[in-house]
Amino acid sequence: AAAMELPPSHGVANRAAALATGYLCYRRGSPGRGLALRCLRRARRQDIDDVGHKYYLELVLEDVLDKDSTVNCTAEVLYHLGNKNIAPDVQFTLEGELKNTEEADNIFYSRIKSLEKELVAENIPDSHGNVPPEMEPVRLLAWVASGYLIWQNSTENTKFQLAQIKRVKQVKRSDEYLEFDYTILLHEMVSQEIIPWQMTVLWHPQHGVQVTQDSRQPKHASQ
Amino acid sequence: TSNMKLILIFSALFGATLCLETFVGHQVLRIKTRNEEEVKQLQLLESLEHLELDFWINPSTSALPVDVRIPANNVQAVKAFLESQGIEYSILIEDLQVVLDKEKQDMVYSQQKERSSSSFNYGTYHSLDDIYAELDHLASEYSNIVSKFQIGESYEKRPLYVLKFSTGGSNRPAIWLDAGIHSREWVTQASAIWIAKKIASDYGKEPSITSLLNKMDIFLLTVTNPDGYVFTHTTNRMWRKTRSKIPGSLCVGVDPNRNWDAGFGGPGASSNPCSDSYRGPRANSEVEVQAVVNFIKNHGNIRAFLTLHSYSQLLMYPYGYKCTEPADYAELDALGRAAASSIRSLYGTTFTVGSICTTIYQASGGSIDWSYDYGIKYSFAFELRDTGRYGFLLPTSQIIPTAEETWLGLKKIMEHVRDNTY
Repeated sequence: AAAMELPPSHGVANRAAALATGYLCYRRGSPGRGLALRCLRRARRQDIDDVGHKYYLELVLEDVLDKDSTVNCTAEVLYHLGNKNIAPDVQFTLEGELKNTEEADNIFYSRIKSLEKELVAENIPDSHGNVPPEMEPVRLLAWVASGYLIWQNSTENTKFQLAQIKRVKQVKRSDEYLEFDYTILLHEMVSQEIIPWQMTVLWHPQHGVQVTQDSRQPKHASQ
Repeated sequence: TSNMKLILIFSALFGATLCLETFVGHQVLRIKTRNEEEVKQLQLLESLEHLELDFWINPSTSALPVDVRIPANNVQAVKAFLESQGIEYSILIEDLQVVLDKEKQDMVYSQQKERSSSSFNYGTYHSLDDIYAELDHLASEYSNIVSKFQIGESYEKRPLYVLKFSTGGSNRPAIWLDAGIHSREWVTQASAIWIAKKIASDYGKEPSITSLLNKMDIFLLTVTNPDGYVFTHTTNRMWRKTRSKIPGSLCVGVDPNRNWDAGFGGPGASSNPCSDSYRGPRANSEVEVQAVVNFIKNHGNIRAFLTLHSYSQLLMYPYGYKCTEPADYAELDALGRAAASSIRSLYGTTFTVGSICTTIYQASGGSIDWSYDYGIKYSFAFELRDTGRYGFLLPTSQIIPTAEETWLGLKKIMEHVRDNTY
């Protein structure tokens, strides 16, 4: 079937855009660079028989640390029919350059590598939205890594957002990678659930961000 | 008493040494002259300097009264003179010092009030108790237009307080505004209290709100879900629902915005008590929801129903429980867009406008669906800042900018309601 135009204000288009942004952020992000969706310019949807639903998107992304820095992007998202265990396929093309964050990344890398005691922190941001400046890269790293979880777990009827880092603990390694164990809260906007999720994140300035292990946590009675 | 006299004497002496004048026993008389002859008599009196008369209104024509302050020790002499001339007078002030002392007291009191109410920081998040204290401050500081009353109690028996903004009349057409139905959406309660202050202090100064309140009343419920709000402070910052016990379940609480009698039980609400969008055992099972419903029904003249949520930056009209357009779609959409424009004009914050169903998802049991189907045409739900960067944990530095821009959007809608209400 042919692709149908969707109003960018529609929820279904925005969910696809959020997914694409999460994936893209995971692929391109670092502790010095987080990307967020500024706006969805255009969306089309195509129903492909026996395959699934494909969305064609035109996005504007902004740098989380510098709102004035934006980049245009086109993306295709394919939600597979039937088997919900397969993550959607995402392809994207960035129109233009992203800011170079080498210096900031290297500074953060050296700082963590040289810590005597492993870094540990809780509740980022705190209840009032505060993030201590020295925790911003740790937070951004979680933002980027959560893009992986968003990509892997999204359907056409879900929209995930990182709500908070409950706990982060650095795991010291003998190799060149930095490793962090995060427990984050994901906010799923359709069901309105807050889902605790654990993830192991690896990072190196030259090798990007990797989520090597993750598991959805059970909700407590008070949650 | 002799102690009092001593105090008076010493304070008089003390005052004298400090060059403070005291007006103990001074009287102010109002003298009504009937003709020019009597005016001349008073002008004669005026010329007697040793009497130290202080004319507040000088004798000039018999058409006007003459007001004069007389030092204590000359009061009897002046009165005797007036009586002997048959000139009428009345006592305006028996003892001027008493009046001055009261005035000073009033000034000190209102300074204290000002200090203690200006100690409420609108740019931060507050406990329920602090918000409730500020409601009282506003009701007393602006008692000419603001009053506080209770519409019911929460599940855990906390009062549900509504501020009424009114310049009088009887059951005038009114606007309903609520915040904090979902307790984790902290910027909404914070914005609501700022908006309360804004409405109260702008009346009489800002033409739009002044003309609005001259025609209509505003009812503002700043914390719709106080039990949940307290829980977000004490236990779980991400708590959304009420705190009601659910028979047969270990889980607590109902999503108060799935609990209204509008498509109740339909898609977009969960039947699982442990879910954050649990609709509840039946419509209006939540006392918080029932209290609002009762108020709206009993008032009978509510013309707009506006509710604040966060986050996502959306401005939505019905329906949520079905994906068909409301009958007033064209007007609501146009008004929504106008309001979103107003919001954007301040800080560039963009709001997406549309019905609940198309903009987010199908969701049954929502408040503005109920109010719209009840007959309140102007039913809108706002989702305030941001779009997810901080989400529920919006930094305090954004509270006032959020409140300011939101107020512009609300005002746009209220003005339209004002101009279309008969």
